[in-house]
Amino acid sequence: MSLANNAMGLGLKALNRFASSTVIDKLGLRRWAERGLYHSTRAGFATAGTVGRSFSAAQKLLQPARLPKKSSSGLFDLTPSEEQQMLRDAALHFATEQLRPAAAAADEATQAPAALLKASAELGFALMGIPEALGGAGAERSTISNVLIAEALAEGDLSLAVACLAPSAVSTALVLWGNEQQQAQYLPAFAGDNAPAAALAVQEPQVLFDAFALATTATRTAQGYVLNGVKSLVPRGAECELFVIAAMLDGQPQLFLVESKTKGLTLAAEPAMGLRAAATARLHLHAVQLDASALLGSTEDYPECIALSRLAWCALASGCGKAMLDHLIPYANERIAFGEPISHRQAVAFMIADISVELDGLRLATWRAAAKAERGEDFVRETAIARELASSKAMRIGNDGVQVLGGHGFTKEYPVERWYRDLRACGFMEGVVLV
Amino acid sequence: MIHLETPKKFAPLVAQAHQVAAQMFRPISRKYDRAEHDEPKELQMLASLLDGMNAAGGGGGAGAAGAGRERSSADEGNRNGSNLSTVLGIMELCWGDVGLLLSMPRQGLGNSAIAAVANDEQLARFKGRWAAMAITEPGTGSDSANIRTTARLDGDHYVLNGEKIYVTSGARADLVVVWATLDRNVGRAAIKSFVVEKGTPGFELVRLEHKLGIRASDTAAFLLKDVRVPKENLLGTPEVNVEKGFAGVMQTFDNTRPLVAGMAVGLTRACIERTRELLQAAGVTVDYRKPARLQHAAAAELLRMEADYEAARLLTLQAAWMADNRQPNSLQASMAKAKAGRSCVEVALKCVELCGATGYGEDELLEKWARDAKILDIFEGTQQIQLLIIARRLLGKSSAELK
Repeated sequence: MSLANNAMGLGLKALNRFASSTVIDKLGLRRWAERGLYHSTRAGFATAGTVGRSFSAAQKLLQPARLPKKSSSGLFDLTPSEEQQMLRDAALHFATEQLRPAAAAADEATQAPAALLKASAELGFALMGIPEALGGAGAERSTISNVLIAEALAEGDLSLAVACLAPSAVSTALVLWGNEQQQAQYLPAFAGDNAPAAALAVQEPQVLFDAFALATTATRTAQGYVLNGVKSLVPRGAECELFVIAAMLDGQPQLFLVESKTKGLTLAAEPAMGLRAAATARLHLHAVQLDASALLGSTEDYPECIALSRLAWCALASGCGKAMLDHLIPYANERIAFGEPISHRQAVAFMIADISVELDGLRLATWRAAAKAERGEDFVRETAIARELASSKAMRIGNDGVQVLGGHGFTKEYPVERWYRDLRACGFMEGVVLV
Repeated sequence: MIHLETPKKFAPLVAQAHQVAAQMFRPISRKYDRAEHDEPKELQMLASLLDGMNAAGGGGGAGAAGAGRERSSADEGNRNGSNLSTVLGIMELCWGDVGLLLSMPRQGLGNSAIAAVANDEQLARFKGRWAAMAITEPGTGSDSANIRTTARLDGDHYVLNGEKIYVTSGARADLVVVWATLDRNVGRAAIKSFVVEKGTPGFELVRLEHKLGIRASDTAAFLLKDVRVPKENLLGTPEVNVEKGFAGVMQTFDNTRPLVAGMAVGLTRACIERTRELLQAAGVTVDYRKPARLQHAAAAELLRMEADYEAARLLTLQAAWMADNRQPNSLQASMAKAKAGRSCVEVALKCVELCGATGYGEDELLEKWARDAKILDIFEGTQQIQLLIIARRLLGKSSAELK
């Protein structure tokens, strides 16, 4: 019995996609990859298109496909499952081998290399979050897996991690809150070959932005809705084919599915302090007309979206902080001043000790909130705590990291100045990534 | 499977400890803060109850004696054992009162030392006895490898000479675990711990300290003049092994540091809870959906304090969980102690500030907690010692390199 044989009968194209993914071979991810292959081929593929594809329902669903909540043994446990460990290892390998070497150039170019984004999509982390019925490989909600993956990718490079993970925020949003028609229309494309670039746009440019009091509005019309407003720091904005956009409807924040080709939607590059490899863009909505079917989820779903997004930023901060710590340890041991390594000085050594303490606290707080989310429990307070830690401690890690390297930290000779810039985003960004 | 909630099986123990803290500790908190050096008689009855809790299966306990080596042989995957249950119990009891927890009969840090390094014969012999711990000397604080109290073998006894200070529960305990050196020239490898019975000739209690906080707990100073201790009372191995050196006695700390971190976590929660109530009465509440910067400054502070509390709490549970699962946890124990110790002082002092005169006055316990908190960033290794341990481990440095 071979899953590969089954798959061969179902779609050579899909088999080729996995077989040609040298990353998967290198990582020895056979079991996991074959599972993904099996499920993605079984569901078939929508026609692969270029930018501006037509999202059409390849199958009919009678009800939305959701991933069941995880149950718990009730014991305190910090050990990831075998599958989670495997996913984390795969992501970390990709981060180390592919993301880190490409990071400096991508930061400079304010763009992620297309080949890298393709390789990341081929790894198929997004498949884990899409139910089997829709071509994915997911069997249960996998918030913790997503956290581990985001941590690992950000260990390679935070901003490239954002670029890689941005489309899966949209697929995850569809899985969690989409109705049967929306799921059937859009999700198979995300599970298939040549998955579209897509983005979850919540952030707005105004000072003291509040994700629950948006300036972007949706007004009801006879056909559906009209959207007006401005969204800020939308990742890979220019190449996105589909957006999930947050807007106020009847005084309540809600999510809307908007295809990039919709009239009235325009994009402009919006380069910033960091997240540059994610090619951030500003999105303008001028009287954008949407069908009634564009509304995604309910008013109750919106807070969950915001919380899951904040957790994703916490995971990214945690991964980037780990990269910083791992960079500082050998640096402080090798850098000589006053005739001995600077790590022999408490002033330096204590900064590094503090980084490890606060980083571990952030990681554990993030895990706790994610585990609660995965079990379907209330995780609002836990998320607020993790977010507060990401906002204060992770930025301190960026700051102290540069300080340990001194003048060298201030130059582009080392990655720490990039992490300093990227880490600042984790404390305030809304949307973009979901776990 | 990743799960960071209080284990269901410990819920009864936590609830019980909370009842003790709320019904028995809190009502007498102020009384023994004022009446320093009076022995809280109320605790005798409680101690018996706690002994019952310790005996009630699951290896659970709420006092210091509960932490120690996991003695089960089979490895059956994820374990939630006595280190975790003990630290959870301590968090609850210290939500009540740290000073009173430290005064609990038979739950001294000496009991932890015995639990961590004693052999089976010693465990049986000292079972049910209250043991205090004597490390610090007038000239030796954090540099405990430098102690001057000596132990000399003379027939079947060791003869101890020296001076010990800051012995928690020294006046009330039955036993004192005394650190002494077999040979001052050898250094830390020669340091051993000896169980000294109260009343042994030459073992003299000379003074009780007057303190900033934890005034319910007695802090004693001892003089040791030719104190003869049976040689079976030496904990661990009597041989002076320069290779393994200090490890034996320091092993105690891997078990006790998470407990002291747990004390700090409990006190931190008490401060935050009371401040939350007082702020709420003043019309300020935290909105967990909004970031700190979009809230009332006092609400933002509350959120920040809660974040530090939660980080400290999870680091503490991590260290205890690792001990239960027999994973080396020296690094995590020190991380927990460092984070919990500093957070509890920062939070307690901030809560007094937020509540103003009400927080500063003796009608509330906030000012007492802010005084109690400071010791938790000092004993069982100061903040600075914890950071040294963490840094040395991360950077791979010896104590000679990173001083």
